[in-house]
Amino acid sequence: MKEIKAHAGFPIAPVYGPADVAGVDFDRDIGRPGEYPYTRGIHKHMYRDRLWTMRQYVGFGTPAETNSRFKYLMAHGQDALNVAFDLPTQLGLDSDDPKAEGEVGRVGMAIDTLADMEEAFAGIPLDRVSVSLTINGMAAPITAMYYAVAEKQGVAAERVVTTPQNDILKEFIARGTWIYPVDPSLRLVADLIEFSARHYPRSNPVSVCGYHIREAGCTTAQEMAYGLAIAAAYIELMLARGMAVDDFAPRISFNFTAWGKIFEEVAKFRAGRRLYARMLRERFHASNPKSWMFRSLIGGGGSAFAVQEPENNIVRGAYIALAASLSGAQTMALPTYDEAYTIPSPKAQLIALRTMQICAEESGAADTVDPLAGSYYVESLTNAMETRIGEELASVERMGGIVEAVRTGAIQAEVARQAYLYEQKVVSGEIPRVAVNCHVGDVPAEADREVELYAFDSKAHAAQLAKLERTRAQRDGSAARTALRRVAEAARGRDNLMDPIMEAVKAYATLGEIAQAMRDVFGEHKEAVKF
Amino acid sequence: MKVLIAKPGLDGHDRGAKVVAHALRDAGFEVVYSGLKRTPDEIVREAIQEDVDVIGLSVLSGAHLLLARRIIDGLRTQDAGDIAVVVGGIIPPRDVEALKQLGVRHVFPMGTPLPDIVKAFKKEPPR
Repeated sequence: MKEIKAHAGFPIAPVYGPADVAGVDFDRDIGRPGEYPYTRGIHKHMYRDRLWTMRQYVGFGTPAETNSRFKYLMAHGQDALNVAFDLPTQLGLDSDDPKAEGEVGRVGMAIDTLADMEEAFAGIPLDRVSVSLTINGMAAPITAMYYAVAEKQGVAAERVVTTPQNDILKEFIARGTWIYPVDPSLRLVADLIEFSARHYPRSNPVSVCGYHIREAGCTTAQEMAYGLAIAAAYIELMLARGMAVDDFAPRISFNFTAWGKIFEEVAKFRAGRRLYARMLRERFHASNPKSWMFRSLIGGGGSAFAVQEPENNIVRGAYIALAASLSGAQTMALPTYDEAYTIPSPKAQLIALRTMQICAEESGAADTVDPLAGSYYVESLTNAMETRIGEELASVERMGGIVEAVRTGAIQAEVARQAYLYEQKVVSGEIPRVAVNCHVGDVPAEADREVELYAFDSKAHAAQLAKLERTRAQRDGSAARTALRRVAEAARGRDNLMDPIMEAVKAYATLGEIAQAMRDVFGEHKEAVKF
Repeated sequence: MKVLIAKPGLDGHDRGAKVVAHALRDAGFEVVYSGLKRTPDEIVREAIQEDVDVIGLSVLSGAHLLLARRIIDGLRTQDAGDIAVVVGGIIPPRDVEALKQLGVRHVFPMGTPLPDIVKAFKKEPPR
């Protein structure tokens, strides 16, 4: 008989039965949906009351181009936005910075000043649309711009619903858009959480991401373990500032993948919800049930996709949507079939949105809550995942905790090691990939011939530079300079940086200027290069 | 043979770079990894200081043509034009030829099997 292992490493039995769930106590371990420990989901009726939010990741070129793509998707039934920023924006560089050459508007939209943010959300009512901002090192100034746009639209602070990603620890581990050293980076995360908890009660000021760490190569159990460890690190940070756990924990959200083996993914989320609820109640003594809930965007997983025969990725996307639905997602986003080689085309984005809609409306997966509960296999797998996640959490502790493991590069090295192991298994065929290492077709992987490719428009760069120059010329220069001085002063002291940053963005200080004011004080992160 | 695996530009995705670095090390190469966000000048300087035979560039952001050109020009200016440059990442098929015309020895677009990449490095003559 063929041996099969979970991505988390343990063997999968050919058959499961009552003996495999003999130790499960229904009330203690599984319980009812919407009740502690939320194994079955965080809401009583889940999708019967409210379907998951559909939130494709969008952004490219100028704010005006991105604005029209937002409107295109919303016209086709997407109900929320998930904004992609270009790399200069993510790293606090203005579009005319020499280091930004060749990168402006490439992998997301370019934002230099509040004027860009106003254009990006023109005609989009921010009291009715929830917007997540995929921004981390620059989360504080970009979220400040978003709050300022909402204010200009006349939206009351308590009606603004936004989710800046603001998860810098995973950037150090996986995604690489860090700027400042670890400590001031964490301070910025905490400043935004604290400011938002005080003034923007419906904002979700941090979205803890296992997603990117998994994409960088870690296992399913590590994805959940590292995510939980990062959430705990942010909670500790806020407690150290004197905030009560129930004042901010209800607005913590998560972002995880669901690609790979469907049942293992479902088990990962069922175990993760249970572990998070217990951690918040037992370790952090949260008493508000909303603090115990693991609310997550689930989806993504571009690494599941292949460049060979790209249309097959549409099928893979449908399985990801199914896994995310069965896993109890609050929000869903799918990679697009052309994503292995290009910025998504409108057609590919529409297919991804339709895939989620078909899963929601036609497949029946959303008809009843946690439909896999009680399965011998899934309950047993949920326990096995819980054990394995616990082991990975213990391993993080042995590295000195997640923050120390990030500082030393130990966790980055472990993720790289797992990525290499995975690749070796793909080479050996132990991990089958259709049309990649098995059932290989005779069509060479020349994507150009088969699919519509996004053509990067260099005119966008010129337009962005002209606008930046215009904004600099038209603003009140002394107001901008004064505000930037206040940012630097606050950076040297201990006051919350969000107040002076809000003032600076409203004075049309550029993102690069604000980032530099802090860089002058904080310095830059030196990476511990390990592989 | 000594190899510098480098990440030029602002792109922070280094899974591929690190996987290739591991594989080359296992295949007997001496491997240096630059870390993220190196400028073309820094990469040229590190390649010369480390006296490498090959530079492997990894770019996933779309800025590969500009960055490869800057590095190849930099090597030539520094009299180190005999250091071979190879490029991997999200390289659309239409850019493969353009990269080769710049002087890039091998291009590994997405989906290139790992053993093929190692084989190409093995075929490069030492400086």
